[in-house]
Amino acid sequence: MRVIIIGAGEVGSSIAASLADTHEVVVVDVDGERVDALTYSEDVLAIQGDGTSISTLREAGIDEADMMIASTDDDETNLVACGTAKTVDDPFTIARVKNVDYLETWQHAADRTAFGVDFMVCTNLLTAQDIVRVIGLPAARDVDPFAGGTVQMAEFEVGESSPVANQTVSEADRFDSLTFAALLRNGDVEIPRGETVIRADDKVVVIGSPESVQEFAHEIAPRETPSRNEDLVIIGGSEIGYHTARLLEERGLHPRLIEHDHDRARELAEELPNTVVMENDATDAEFLAREHVDEADAVVAALESDEKNLLVSVLAKQLGAHRTVAVVESGEYVSVFETVGVDVAVNPREVTAEEITRFTRELHTENVALIENDKAEVLEVEVDDESVLVGRPIREAVADLPEGFIVGAITRDESFVVPRGDTVVEPGDHVVVFVDRDALEAVTEKL
Amino acid sequence: MNLRVDWRASSSLVGTVVKWLAVAMVFPLALAVFYGEGVTTFLASMALAVGIGWGLEQLDDDPDLGAREGFLMVALTWLAVSIVGATPYVIAGEGTVAHPVNAMFESMSGFTTTGATVMKNIGFEDHSRALMMWRQQTQWLGGMGIVVLAVAILPELSVGGAQLMDAEAPGPGIQKLTPRIAETARALWRAYLGITALEVVLLFSLHLAGLAPNMTLYQSVAHGFTTMATGGFSPAARSIEAFSAAVQWLIVPFMVAAGTNFALFWHALNGEPEVFGEDTEFRFYVGVLAVFSGLLAVLLFTGGTAEQAAVSPLAGEFEKSLRHAVFQVASLVTTTGYASMDFNTWGSPAQYVLFVALFVGGSAGSTGGAIKIVRWLVILKSLKRELFTTIHPEAVRPVRLGGRSLDERAVRGIYAFTLLYFVIFFVATMVVYLDAARVGMDLVALDAMSATAATLGNVGPGFGLVGPMNNYIPFPASTKLFMVFLMWIGRLEILPVLVLLTPAYWQS
Repeated sequence: MRVIIIGAGEVGSSIAASLADTHEVVVVDVDGERVDALTYSEDVLAIQGDGTSISTLREAGIDEADMMIASTDDDETNLVACGTAKTVDDPFTIARVKNVDYLETWQHAADRTAFGVDFMVCTNLLTAQDIVRVIGLPAARDVDPFAGGTVQMAEFEVGESSPVANQTVSEADRFDSLTFAALLRNGDVEIPRGETVIRADDKVVVIGSPESVQEFAHEIAPRETPSRNEDLVIIGGSEIGYHTARLLEERGLHPRLIEHDHDRARELAEELPNTVVMENDATDAEFLAREHVDEADAVVAALESDEKNLLVSVLAKQLGAHRTVAVVESGEYVSVFETVGVDVAVNPREVTAEEITRFTRELHTENVALIENDKAEVLEVEVDDESVLVGRPIREAVADLPEGFIVGAITRDESFVVPRGDTVVEPGDHVVVFVDRDALEAVTEKL
Repeated sequence: MNLRVDWRASSSLVGTVVKWLAVAMVFPLALAVFYGEGVTTFLASMALAVGIGWGLEQLDDDPDLGAREGFLMVALTWLAVSIVGATPYVIAGEGTVAHPVNAMFESMSGFTTTGATVMKNIGFEDHSRALMMWRQQTQWLGGMGIVVLAVAILPELSVGGAQLMDAEAPGPGIQKLTPRIAETARALWRAYLGITALEVVLLFSLHLAGLAPNMTLYQSVAHGFTTMATGGFSPAARSIEAFSAAVQWLIVPFMVAAGTNFALFWHALNGEPEVFGEDTEFRFYVGVLAVFSGLLAVLLFTGGTAEQAAVSPLAGEFEKSLRHAVFQVASLVTTTGYASMDFNTWGSPAQYVLFVALFVGGSAGSTGGAIKIVRWLVILKSLKRELFTTIHPEAVRPVRLGGRSLDERAVRGIYAFTLLYFVIFFVATMVVYLDAARVGMDLVALDAMSATAATLGNVGPGFGLVGPMNNYIPFPASTKLFMVFLMWIGRLEILPVLVLLTPAYWQS
């Protein structure tokens, strides 16, 4: 299809590079030098102009475009560009925003078309979710969010000492709202039935609510998973820092947050009931030692500048913190950060670009994760009246579908529904399914 | 010495292109079979192309081109293709072009769409029809560009394709027409192929209608190949003079089209025919053609000036004066190099008008050579600005081109290129003179200058010794090889080749 990308910065260029091999990509940017650079570096058509003006969009071929992605660094520009595009034609619009308020406004609108945006990606929220995945589930080999974060899929390795080793799936299945989607054994994907035995060295793929996945992680890898009494320190009360704390709270954890601005610290303390907010400059080594940051299991640096984040991460590491995660605004620094001892550097732009690319790749199936090099896929499908699942218990529907397929989770109006044999699927539900490669086509057709 | 250029990657891709050249030889091979002329020449050449290409490909099995490697690849592609394209002349062993240096000259002259020839007896007495068609076909392949063709058909070139096409395409910068560069390359070739086919059909229709007795199907295809490429080779010894007035009139619009930016045709085919009227370069181009033609027609009609030795043979003949003036101006401005008559017989003023035309060139993005219309346009506009800012030193005046303001760096680049072009022209003329003096050859000033301008600008014929009905055989072999170099740098617009000769290119 034809995709127009507004903004040739890090996010736009990265999306353009990912999509160029399978789609016709047109990139629009106001900066002529960026346009020139992109013309020669990627196989895309780059146009100089303002993405919020109709004449530029026409030049970019908005009439033939199937999709427009507004990914500039400016929220308002992105929203206006999407709105403008909708006045000319009806491409699918994706907007990147930093401000979570815009995302909330957009989610609040019933038909999800506020500002002329069909899909909104919030950089700050995505980054926070990414950080939480990194520090919340260190035992997981791979974690993917679905249905806007209400559902998570995670892959764990079962160790010798793990309590679920040598149990059958029905014995192990004592977690609320969690489904065992697959067992990976010697590179083969197996869809587990009740009597399947989980062996040591297997990898299990589970799908469920974030809380239950967290609980499961704690169960099978107690020493590596943070629990309520673990010590998590967030340095910097930026938007990203705030959302990280909020999401950790949602998982039943009690982080600490350090913010040097008095008013902001007060505001955060009011917003975050289960977080200990401290007002101080985080580069004060003596304060960090006094607060036992050296014993923290994870330190997240989410200050406003890359340099400060580097400094506090290295400082915390030197004091003896177990893991450090730093937010890095400029993509070129990621490897530098990880070289000097920061365990994980999270780049909001990269996270955003990946999310948009993934979304673009599979528009109708809303989200896709690949398991074991394409041996199986996890899909998120919005169920309509035509679907084989609708209006009857899952148990009956499964009979009409090939082997190698399992319903992992259902979300209805943003809330989590535990799929069991007698659950009835309704139109409009989002169903997260796990499908074996061989059954993929047959299943997607019927859903 | 530590080389900073991955020459293996460049050579490997050159090998891929050379290998594909064997496919292009299928057409003359089929003709050889059809006319019963023996197939060894082209079979051997094909085997050689595949062998050399495969050999070069072994240098790097997964070539990855950077910016520097791109320049090297484009420059070497043209050199390698010309060398391989010369093999049929050598293997066939027919006439003067069988000599390796001459074969190389003829091949480079073909691919670069120059049209300067070292074939003594042009025609089918000395040469097979298949070989004569190969000579035409080399021009057609070189016209829209070998690298552009390679980008259009070889998926491995799509990522760096924009830069490769930029190095090869005439004029400053390239225009991407579609998101994918390979699709842009294909669109250009499709337009090129389409207009070529149209010309062939029309030429042959004239023949069928009885208006062009000599324009057989073979000749129609042969001239279709070299008109759209602004080449100028003709299987007929007297070039276009051998054909009727109707043919001459018909070829004019196609020469004009060949000198036009092909992106305009693409836009026109996509339902925007108004681009021709809106494009500043095209308007200026048509204007230049009109002014030169008018001037020349008047000179020919009035018979020039009294003190001339040779009185114009066209004095008082209105239709002939106009036809030859229009034809010759279109032929030399677009750098095609056809001749509707021997303009060596014209008076000096008329000849000098044509000499100036050698430096004009076609449009950017056309198949023409020389300096290009758009550069002249920018130079004229910026000189005008220079005059204005002399009077108003504080005035800020960007150079505008069709509603767009040009970046000052682009203007500077155009100045630099044009100056470099003239410097190379003067130095090269001197080299040609010195080499002629070395072997005791007698050269006239206009002849030497026109020979240099005609090879550097990919025009083909010059004046006097190298006039349209003569050839480049009298020059010593060393001069011919030097002219091969001139045609090569002229086709690639100097810089991509010249940059390879700087030490800085090979170091960090």
